[in-house]
Amino acid sequence: MRRTTRTPHRHSRTSRAVAAGIAAALGTSLLAACGSDDNGGGDGGNGSGDVTISVGVFGQMDFTELYDEYMDENPHVKIEQNSIQENRDYYQQLITRLPTGSGLSDIQAIEVDNIYEMANDLGQYWVNLNDSEHADLDHFVEWKRDQATSQDGRTIGFGTDIGPMAICYRTDRFEEAGLPTDREEVGQLWADDWAQYIEVGERFMENTPSDIAYVDSAGGMFNAVLNSFSEQMYSADGEVIYQESEAVQNAWDLGVAVAEAEMSAGQDQFSEEWNRAFSNGDFATISCPAWMLAYIQDKAGQDGEGNWDVAAAPRPANWGGSFLAVPEASKNQDEAVKLANWLTAPEQQAKLFNTQGNFPSSATAQDSPDVQDTTHDYFRGAPIGQIFSDAAQGIPTIIVGPRNQTIRESLTDGLVMIEQQGESPDDAWDATVRRIENALAD
Amino acid sequence: MTTDHRAAAPPTKLGGAAPPTASSPDPKEQRRARRRSRRYMRDTKWSPYAFIAPFFLFFGAFGLFPLIFTGWASLHRVTLQQPTTMEWAGLHNYTRLLSDEFFWNALRNTFTIGLIATVPQLLMALMLAHLLNYKLRNSMFFRVAMLTPYATSVAAATLVFAMLYGRDYGMINWALGLVGIDKIAWEAGTWTSQFAVSTIVIWRWTGYNTLIYLAAMQAVPNDLYESAALDGASRWQQFIHVTIPSLRPTILFTVVVSTIGATQLFGEPLLFGGTPSGGSQHQYQTLGLHLYEVGWSFYNLGRASAIAWAMFLILIIIGLLYWAVARWIGRSTGKGA
Repeated sequence: MRRTTRTPHRHSRTSRAVAAGIAAALGTSLLAACGSDDNGGGDGGNGSGDVTISVGVFGQMDFTELYDEYMDENPHVKIEQNSIQENRDYYQQLITRLPTGSGLSDIQAIEVDNIYEMANDLGQYWVNLNDSEHADLDHFVEWKRDQATSQDGRTIGFGTDIGPMAICYRTDRFEEAGLPTDREEVGQLWADDWAQYIEVGERFMENTPSDIAYVDSAGGMFNAVLNSFSEQMYSADGEVIYQESEAVQNAWDLGVAVAEAEMSAGQDQFSEEWNRAFSNGDFATISCPAWMLAYIQDKAGQDGEGNWDVAAAPRPANWGGSFLAVPEASKNQDEAVKLANWLTAPEQQAKLFNTQGNFPSSATAQDSPDVQDTTHDYFRGAPIGQIFSDAAQGIPTIIVGPRNQTIRESLTDGLVMIEQQGESPDDAWDATVRRIENALAD
Repeated sequence: MTTDHRAAAPPTKLGGAAPPTASSPDPKEQRRARRRSRRYMRDTKWSPYAFIAPFFLFFGAFGLFPLIFTGWASLHRVTLQQPTTMEWAGLHNYTRLLSDEFFWNALRNTFTIGLIATVPQLLMALMLAHLLNYKLRNSMFFRVAMLTPYATSVAAATLVFAMLYGRDYGMINWALGLVGIDKIAWEAGTWTSQFAVSTIVIWRWTGYNTLIYLAAMQAVPNDLYESAALDGASRWQQFIHVTIPSLRPTILFTVVVSTIGATQLFGEPLLFGGTPSGGSQHQYQTLGLHLYEVGWSFYNLGRASAIAWAMFLILIIIGLLYWAVARWIGRSTGKGA
């Protein structure tokens, strides 16, 4: 090669220049490519053309069964759904993408734990539904709508479902332990308060012949009790009050009672082992919001069919429930609002309650005979419409604050310390408070 | 090929690397020759920069800029929700780390997990490499088999291990039950969970280190073994006195790489418990996980940036320590020989 370069010819020079050009172009264009993110399917649709609406959901949430009907009615619309298993992951993605406005779906689901933050701190990134002619918000129960409304009166979300609570229990385990199995009688066992529920647990543990726990986890108990109160982590004027609040104290004490009475299977909720405990029938009761029925059916599987039933909980409470919101960054805002409005309309909510057990957040849907008369075959034909409607009547207006999720998860972790790591309740409480303070500190 | 350029274009002389034009008196022709020569000069001078530019552009965009920006962010109050609004905080994020029990806990965990994971891993790798270095039938098969865990994704491996270590339905507890040992709550205990996370790391990386050692062993000259054998050294003595000293630079390399890996350990503990808290008592929360929790669960990007820089500084200190040790070893062996 050395000799040929001495007598240069055009070819090698141009090719080198081209190579250098390519090298430079490669560098810059790749860098440029990083700047322009994908827009998550928000393309298409100016005016009359076809529109693709993307819907981002998490967990068990699934609207797939409704899409075909909507697309038949609106042939110019195509719907795509992106699902992420854990709300934690989903939310982290959402919260990082929101300020940049890229990578978002046209409709995003929001969990109730996160709705305060979304409506207030990040409210500017969402379409204000009060200003939209396509949004009908009158049919929702009032507290649901309030949760999605910011201090300055912007409503950013349509309610999907709410989570009125009942107790799901296994009739075969109750029978073995000599307890009644009829859902009316079972509900009567603990009709007074949660303490009575724990007393029943003590009876159960004494009499059960097998190696079965009464309840799945102390954390589940904590959530059930906590959610029957209005002020939990935050007071109505936005102060952090978890250390003094009646709700947390009650829930913590009952959680500790469960952990210390050794009536719990000591599971982490939503873990792989928890799922398997369902299919093995390793615990007899669990506090179940309406949306959990589908989860239980899925995890307990065919073997569990005919063994699970649903009874009323001691106190009305609400756990979970979600919202659908439309980001300002969406290129198809109008179409997205229309779709979200339709998906959460009373008829659709009633339909989802029938098929999936998600209890409607729409007052109109709650009162409809469709919902009232619903029974669930998997749970021995339990009249879930009736049970959850009754439970929904007494639900307090739950006040959520910006860091609800962090505080709640730390508190249930505190119960895990007692339950699985043998910490004393006092030490666990101190550790939990230190952890929460550290998380909230700036 | 840079040597070619230098030989081709002495840049100062008239004409330079252009074709010889001595016999043409035409001024036009001369001008053209000069122009061409200038172009060649420019080419030789600037094209190397263009060739290496992509690296520096990428490094600038994905290495240097994030590093500096993280440093800048660590001096501010920044939240994940509003990353563009920064409020000057000085060294607040760093000073509060010093008294932050959760930071120190994560640092301690990183250190112990790193130790439990790295030391047995490298020892096993050394042993395996030694065995594979013998003449074996199907040695290729064993070498490939060694490397398969390395080719598995962290997520897949960790999820399987998490199931194996399950308290109630895990296979390991089932096996222990067969020999009469009670159920162990692997995830809940401090040492048990750290051990479990370490085994995932060991499983994934032993093969990789084995191959590196094997490559180094095959470069050890045979004469050394022959003369050692003539002196009556046993196989074991040969391993200790010939193989290990020859592998010293390689061992140092693997130790450095493993240390960096251990300091940044993230995927395994995250997926093992499924939460960024690393267990309800943070019993296996590593620094990487702590950073992630502070930034993405507590939304405190400023503090998370400070943690990132603290990790960086820790790595630099460890690097300097290794460098000092390497020099010390080098000098002492130099004297010994």
